[in-house]
Amino acid sequence: MNVPENLKYTNDHEWALVEEDVATVGITEYAAGELGDVVYVELPEVGATVAKGDSIGTIEAVKTVADIYSPLSGEIIEVNGALNDNSELINKDPFGEGWIVKIKLSDSSELSELLSHEDYKKLV
Amino acid sequence: METDKQTPFYQQHLALGARILPFAGYLMPIQYSGIMDEHRAVRNTVGVFDVTHMGEFVVKGPDAEAFLNRLTVNDVTALDIGQVQYSAMCYPDGGIVDDLLVYRFKDHYMMVVNASNIDKDYAWAKENLLKGVELRNISEKTALLAIQGPDSFAVLQKLTELALHNIPFYHFVEGELAGFPMLISRTGYTGERGFELYHDPAHSVRLWDALFTAGRDYDIQAVGLGARDTLRLEMKYCLYGNDIDQTTNPLEAGLSWITKLNSGDFIGRDVLLKIKENGPERRLIAFEMKDKGIPRHGYRIFAGDSEVGVVTSGTQSPSLNIGIGLGYVRSEFSRLGAELLIDVRSKKLKAELVKPPFVEARTV
Repeated sequence: MNVPENLKYTNDHEWALVEEDVATVGITEYAAGELGDVVYVELPEVGATVAKGDSIGTIEAVKTVADIYSPLSGEIIEVNGALNDNSELINKDPFGEGWIVKIKLSDSSELSELLSHEDYKKLV
Repeated sequence: METDKQTPFYQQHLALGARILPFAGYLMPIQYSGIMDEHRAVRNTVGVFDVTHMGEFVVKGPDAEAFLNRLTVNDVTALDIGQVQYSAMCYPDGGIVDDLLVYRFKDHYMMVVNASNIDKDYAWAKENLLKGVELRNISEKTALLAIQGPDSFAVLQKLTELALHNIPFYHFVEGELAGFPMLISRTGYTGERGFELYHDPAHSVRLWDALFTAGRDYDIQAVGLGARDTLRLEMKYCLYGNDIDQTTNPLEAGLSWITKLNSGDFIGRDVLLKIKENGPERRLIAFEMKDKGIPRHGYRIFAGDSEVGVVTSGTQSPSLNIGIGLGYVRSEFSRLGAELLIDVRSKKLKAELVKPPFVEARTV
């Protein structure tokens, strides 16, 4: 199971790549594998304010549907529009081209609450 | 608690990296490479399903035919030797005990029932058994593979001297395939041409290997229960526990074609005759999503503002790339072409009532 070292994780199987005050967020390879073939991704509005733990969208796979929970609080500044036509990017490249949103962080103290890659590896 | 059983193909599933989950008391492969991929393999070339979990009962004795004709809703007397019949068993109130296949052999019959209903069905059949009829559950001694898809004939013909093209749809022969004795049945749950191979579990692994060797040139693939569900749903084949159960009757489920109300008495017939007279209050309908979204079991169905029914099965159709579903709606809302709204997580998405199957069947 691929769990990149440079990312932070949640118990709900999201990942966050934090660069200065912006976090790029997606779901992990484990989560994508559990969901199976992703068919639609419902993305939030750019400009929306979200709190850590809020549902910011949904992922519809053939057999199941899952919420995407925001790993951090802040403002949605970008969504991955490529997922509208190519939702399978989440299966093909969950840590790269399958990213979901970018969040401008409002509370950097929340970062310490995320899991390291070692901790996340233990979870899956 | 009883631990889940392995089918004889368990190691083969593991070797292919299958995602395995307990289902009806067996550890079953849900998917291998992915539902979409496996689904397309069956529609385009050929796929192999381990469906050993299905239940098989042998029914024997001079009154076996009379017994089955009373137990099941279809007309068993219409069966020729070597023929298979799709049928259902009902409770006296018309609710469905199970849907099943009935096989007629020279001197006995075989019932093939749903895995999750084996114990219940056996008890029900036993309770209604006629004197002198022998009922035997051979599920544990019977392994089952389904080989389905346009190339299934070509693959299987490499493994047998029997002329497979001479076996009509819903017929079977007993003979040798890959060097093993088996029951070769021209049936399936996919809407494609194909066979189901009932055999002794002692031969399962070698049969599996022979099939995959013979199928190499045809891109043969193992297919899990996930794609089995999307394939059957594109055909509007009912799934017990989703679309039919003890609270639904065959007439509202669109199974009038197997419910022979004028071919002798059967359990549930009186009630079904009355339902037929008045017309069922609700009907199992097929719908396609017009908005982007996937209907799922339990979602509510609306016509305008009024709630008129509930989704029983739904998925993204891998063949059509749209959401498709089945559901019960009040009969007055079951007109073809009607616009329905499906409550997909609090959003009412548009759907159109369509004539099934969603994808043309190519079984013959």
